[in-house]
Amino acid sequence: MPSTIIQDINQHNFHEVLKPTPFHPRVDHDCLTKNWMDWNGYLTARTYDTLAAEYFAIRSSCSVMDLTPMGKYRINGPDANKFLNRLVTRDVSMLRPQRVSYVVMCNDEGKVLDDATIFHLNEGDYRLCCQHHQLDWLMISSLGMDVSIKEETHDIAALAVQGPTSASALKLAGIDEIGQLKPYDILHTQLHGFEVMVSRTGYTGDLGYELWTSPDNALSMWDAIFEVKQKGFYDIRTIGLSALEMVRIEAGFILPGDDFNTAETAIRADRVRSPYEVGLGWVVNLDKPNFTGKRALLDEKKKPIKRRLLRLEVSGNKAPQDSFLYAGKGGKRIGTIMTQIWSPILKANLAMADVEFAGGSQPSEIWAEIYYQKELEWRVSWAKGKVWNKPFWSHPRRSASPPDSY
Amino acid sequence: MQSYDAIVIGAGHNGLVTATFLAKAGLKVLVVEKNDHIGGATVSRELHQDWKYSNCSYVCSLFRPEIYQALDLGRHGLEVVPLQGSVTFKQDGDYFGSYHQSPVRRREIERHSKRDADASIRFDADLMKWCRLIRSFLLTAPPDPGSLKIRNVMEFSYLLKKFHSLSESQIYEFIRFFTMSIAEYLEEYFESDVILAHFSGGSIIGTGLGVYSPGTAYVLLHHAMGDVDGNVGSWGFARGGMGAVSAAIASSFQAEDGEIRTDAEVGQILVKGGRAVGVALSGGEEIYANTIVSNLDAKRTFLKIMDRNDLPEHVVQRAENFKIRGSSGKVNIALDGLPNFPALPPRSPLTLGHIHFTDTLERLERAYDDWKDDCWSKDPYVDLVIPSQYDPTLAPPGKHMMSVFVQYCPVKPEGGWTDQKKDAFGATVINQISDYSPNFKDLLLHAEVRTPKEIEDEVGLTEGNIFQGELTLDQLMFNRPFPGYARYRGPVKGMYMCSSSTHPGGGVMGAPGTNSAREILTDLKRRDTTPEDFGDD
Repeated sequence: MPSTIIQDINQHNFHEVLKPTPFHPRVDHDCLTKNWMDWNGYLTARTYDTLAAEYFAIRSSCSVMDLTPMGKYRINGPDANKFLNRLVTRDVSMLRPQRVSYVVMCNDEGKVLDDATIFHLNEGDYRLCCQHHQLDWLMISSLGMDVSIKEETHDIAALAVQGPTSASALKLAGIDEIGQLKPYDILHTQLHGFEVMVSRTGYTGDLGYELWTSPDNALSMWDAIFEVKQKGFYDIRTIGLSALEMVRIEAGFILPGDDFNTAETAIRADRVRSPYEVGLGWVVNLDKPNFTGKRALLDEKKKPIKRRLLRLEVSGNKAPQDSFLYAGKGGKRIGTIMTQIWSPILKANLAMADVEFAGGSQPSEIWAEIYYQKELEWRVSWAKGKVWNKPFWSHPRRSASPPDSY
Repeated sequence: MQSYDAIVIGAGHNGLVTATFLAKAGLKVLVVEKNDHIGGATVSRELHQDWKYSNCSYVCSLFRPEIYQALDLGRHGLEVVPLQGSVTFKQDGDYFGSYHQSPVRRREIERHSKRDADASIRFDADLMKWCRLIRSFLLTAPPDPGSLKIRNVMEFSYLLKKFHSLSESQIYEFIRFFTMSIAEYLEEYFESDVILAHFSGGSIIGTGLGVYSPGTAYVLLHHAMGDVDGNVGSWGFARGGMGAVSAAIASSFQAEDGEIRTDAEVGQILVKGGRAVGVALSGGEEIYANTIVSNLDAKRTFLKIMDRNDLPEHVVQRAENFKIRGSSGKVNIALDGLPNFPALPPRSPLTLGHIHFTDTLERLERAYDDWKDDCWSKDPYVDLVIPSQYDPTLAPPGKHMMSVFVQYCPVKPEGGWTDQKKDAFGATVINQISDYSPNFKDLLLHAEVRTPKEIEDEVGLTEGNIFQGELTLDQLMFNRPFPGYARYRGPVKGMYMCSSSTHPGGGVMGAPGTNSAREILTDLKRRDTTPEDFGDD
């Protein structure tokens, strides 16, 4: 009797290719371009109106982005801290409650699976946020530990509120204590009678916060923020993933899966990257007693580095999209542009570039061969690259405490 | 008694640009400024408590990205936020909006004329042809057609080559374009009155010409040839007001160990044995340098701070005849809230852009007629923007700053300016806005009215001309400021010009300052620190 069998299955709507987030009614209303994309299976706006306006909402006023599709895992139990400290390369054993830490996860070969943030919500209770789905790896890593791991991506609605007026706007929205939050702090508070968690975190390199609540309160949280705009106090704009891509490259943040292949998905042996090769050596603590990938990373540290993901500013105004990189104009091929944007604030092409380090050292010159189109005609040009060891752009307001009002 | 390698007179944006490129080449550079603040006409002033006014220049488009990048202005705090769209309100209660989304923009043109919607494609493409050509000459000194020096001949052949990248018919069209009035030019494309009026506004801003005066078509191009991040013709707001532009350049200059002295007015450029040797401040102090660069307009430079005996007579004559007519005023306003424009539908994005109230070419020409009679326009053309909608730094939360550029306003009305006349001029502007925004007057907290007189007195622009000299063909390219002196070198050895009186002219562009620095460094046989043109091709 097939019909009775079906009743027992937890069905999903397979006609709905991309899943709407709890904010969808508002997102859909604001998204004038209907320029949708897939982010972890969710219906996500690439742009809402115009990219330039969204970019400058982040850099000049206040932006709001639906963060719900970000992979979220709840981790607690007696061994929660022990588990996390073995999972990631950074020492998080001392991570205090109501604090957040940026981390990287490697496999046993010391290759990067994902970057992540650990939120120490309350004593012994953690949330791990990842770019990619990691439940399988978390379960494998927890063998023999007394820890509970629960996927909660669908159960937490989240918004990123970022930009120079974000603190002022959130204060007016009703979060009185916003000014007390230092970078990477967590606050549990009430907003219009429901529970909200606020963290001073983000992916923009600017002043900004992330707000977390239950899906039931998602629309109320959205409305509380946008009421500040409706009352005429601050300009607040919804932003899509295209604007986010611009600011995260300016701020020098990496994007696993775009800037490099994640170890879990790599088919070809040479496609995987170590933390050192993607510029995350600073989150590797080899003095830590033990963690996944430690032995491999200790070995790697002894040898000359083979390649690096570099922050490359490419001269001129031609976009070096997917460009090959060479040791000189027409010289030996040494790498590829992975992701790139035009930075309106620096008036420059900024890129994340995968570059070979022959003999363990950075090439003395890097040139991009750029193919570009003018009125349907393809042309080619050469542009010199300049390596930035620091973020391309940083602003003191990102970490100012108390935060600036604008 | 101190001495420097170079002294730049005037801390306007071009002076600061020149100074920074010279400092980058290792020169010891001093910028002297008469006011107690830097920026010239690129300033943000707090004239009402908690409000910042861009009380001279108010929008940014022409500033070359090459210069922006070379001076690293982004890391020195500059952000230029693009503004979106524009609107012209009609007297009959309707409006014409130019939206930032192209399908919406097209449908709006169709609402006024279906034919004009198609014509706008032709218009945009033609304007882009002239932009492409003219943009390639911005970051280069204009070649002197009278000189047979090798560098000149090579540059002239570059100009010819660029020119001949146009087809034969395009060359004829381009030459014709330069000589036409904007009204006649636009009438070759459009039929709708409001669309004609809307697109012609940019061709009279800052100029002592009317929409039917030959040569105004070029002024439109001058306003359209800039870009914000590749969007040619777009305009933007500097976050923090236009003073943020000069502050960022000054910060870049100081990072190169450059020195700025405010409250230091130059009385005279000192010349000894046919060579510039320094400057004498009004207070008598003398400062010496082998390179003296004037960022003042050509009239002021040659007639006010140079001794006539140090100059060839024909230069004095040219300076006396230099066309630098003041024709614009400004009203800067602090508002208690956002004014309402009932003609627009709810949630319209059009108030975010340029706002105009002149809906026919005839009204534009009548506005010009008043100016010719030495009177301000009774029904003026205004370019109104409310940058505080984007920029939280200009006014307290919920309050707004409005900048109203007014065309036309005379240098000297009959009997001269008095406070009453200035107030009457301001009232004319405020009444016009109020005709379209009933709650506007109730929101007024403070207004600063600026006629050409205030602009001349405070900033030092002769007659308050915003371009430091009319942008007519006789004063452009190798004719700017005068024939034979278009390559930034003055008539006295060691003396240079870097102001908007030189090629490529007015606007917050930085190009005159950059080109001037390049010529100075060439003469001094120093490393060229100025950037190469990114190029459109």
